[in-house]
Amino acid sequence: MGMLQREDLKASRPDGRMPGWLRLINGPQTLGRGPLFWIVFALTIGAAVVYPAFADAWSVGNTAYFFCWVFMALGLSLIWGYAGSLSFGQTAFFGLAGYTYGVVTINFGAAYGLTIVGVLLGVGMSCLGAAVLGYILFYGRISGVFLGIVTLSTTLVFATFMAQTAGSQWAIGDARLGGDNGMTGMPPLTIPWAGGDIALYSGVPLYYLLLAMLVICYLGLRVLVNSRFGNVLVAIRENPHRAEMLGYDIRRYQLIAFVIGSGLAGLSGVLYTAWGQYISPSNMDLAAAALPIIWVAVGGRKDLTATLVGTLVVLGIFQNLTIFGSYYAFVIMGLLLVIVVVFLPEGLIPGLVKFFGRFRKRKEGMS
Amino acid sequence: MEYIHLAFTAFYQFGDAFAFLVLSAMGLAVIFGMMGIINLAHGEFIMCGAYVTVATARLGVPLPIAMLCGSLAAGILGIVLERTIIHRLYHRPLDSIVATWGISLILTQGTLIVLGSSMAGISTPLGSFSVGGYSYSTYRMVLLGVAVLLLIGLYVLFHHTTFGIHSRATIQAPHMAKAAGIDTGRMYSLTFGLGAALAGLAGALYAPTISIVPTLGANFLVESFVTVVVGGADVFLGTAPAAATLAVIKAFLTGWQGQLMGQVGLLITVMVVIRILPQGLSGWLLKGRT
Repeated sequence: MGMLQREDLKASRPDGRMPGWLRLINGPQTLGRGPLFWIVFALTIGAAVVYPAFADAWSVGNTAYFFCWVFMALGLSLIWGYAGSLSFGQTAFFGLAGYTYGVVTINFGAAYGLTIVGVLLGVGMSCLGAAVLGYILFYGRISGVFLGIVTLSTTLVFATFMAQTAGSQWAIGDARLGGDNGMTGMPPLTIPWAGGDIALYSGVPLYYLLLAMLVICYLGLRVLVNSRFGNVLVAIRENPHRAEMLGYDIRRYQLIAFVIGSGLAGLSGVLYTAWGQYISPSNMDLAAAALPIIWVAVGGRKDLTATLVGTLVVLGIFQNLTIFGSYYAFVIMGLLLVIVVVFLPEGLIPGLVKFFGRFRKRKEGMS
Repeated sequence: MEYIHLAFTAFYQFGDAFAFLVLSAMGLAVIFGMMGIINLAHGEFIMCGAYVTVATARLGVPLPIAMLCGSLAAGILGIVLERTIIHRLYHRPLDSIVATWGISLILTQGTLIVLGSSMAGISTPLGSFSVGGYSYSTYRMVLLGVAVLLLIGLYVLFHHTTFGIHSRATIQAPHMAKAAGIDTGRMYSLTFGLGAALAGLAGALYAPTISIVPTLGANFLVESFVTVVVGGADVFLGTAPAAATLAVIKAFLTGWQGQLMGQVGLLITVMVVIRILPQGLSGWLLKGRT
């Protein structure tokens, strides 16, 4: 481990050509530095940009659907992977934001860019909810397994609450909460535009919007985790007592990470709701809450790139399996999770990187 | 007469809530208290107990024996899982909670595939009795009796039998226990199996009162988590007083605002309790001893 860290420092040493904050993109807390990584990164973005020209409309819409989920996974990677706090309640914030988007847009319509207000309010609500819950949890010094239990319990109770809102008395303005059947009829994301608003139904424009958001979010998080803030998060994960002895108020750092991560879950929630014009309690229940855990654990929770790639791959596998029935897909997902946790606790991608790194070193040693 | 009726109603609702909390949390508490593992497949052991009970009862087996079968089946399932998966994760408690979640998914969705989305249930036995003109379910009172007996039985098991002493020795000082000739691996398996069997028993006992669906375990989860968190690591000094305290809150809120508010009240209580007593009730009660 000591060897690795020395190399990390070398890689993050300022080279004088980039502005300070940009240099953080390439810092020590992320796998994938060096020119090779960034060439592959640029090629991937390029491929993603030209992809709609070669794919049919369904595939493009479906890829956009996958992108919707990745924000939640990246948020969980920040909370669980980097800060080391077990948050099993990501889908609660996903649902809270989705329902908020529904309530706002059903009541006020899609004109004048109000769907964007809906997105902001949805994300804001999940940040607010996370701030309240997180304050109680982190300032109450809840950690370890208890954090997981309390966040999961909160999620289950919230899902139960939404599931019993079937009656017509459960409505906020014109928006019926809909109980188990969920809420429908909200407009898709709509961009105000001279000469007519553009409604972003599942299709190529939405794909590009989500792709751009995803790239910005990914790079932004890279800067965040490599900044002083991110280094403190990792210090807390590795040893909370030591971090505290060094003078950091770990509760504040954990809370901020929790709020950001939950806000990203909320972003996934509004994007999903706008994409499918539908949100229901089954998006939050025990099985749904397990999915983000699986994406993040399988890819490699301690690294953003591993989480990103892992999430997209697992989503693809999951969808292909649902052809045989969603029960089978969930069984395979459960198996995957157990196998990864038992045999590759760091996740598949860091496991592979380590394997090839060792392989390369051995080759260098021989020559 | 009116006062007697009111008092009895309050007692009945408290007893019902207390029994539910104790029975649903007991298996989780044994596994957590003894091994430090939060078992997210807890709900699936409950489900297993309920399914086996209903299946055997419908074959014509007397209900109490069917319930024992349900509990036993869950216990065996627990031991099998412990031997294959859980025992690899004892030094990684945070990973074990994730792994047991995976197991939970496999068991729930696997049951959906194999047995379909629901199964014909059995009716609640023993009928009802009446106090002051209102009738109450006898079976609910039997459950309260079972919960109390179970607490006493577990206390005796862990404090006055060889198994209990070996098990506690294994948990407190595994190397010393090993040096003293105790098969620690076997003790872990048996303790985990006991926790699973207790969860199965909860499912078995409540099987006549609920609809038999593969996700039925989730209905017990919140209550069991909350009880274990409030109780802390000690099964007896924790779970029993936690269940008693929470039962008052749950019975009051459920009676006043319905099932859901009962759950919300429990959730708020657990956050307050953790804030004040981070080690749970048992940590607070045992403070003077360590």
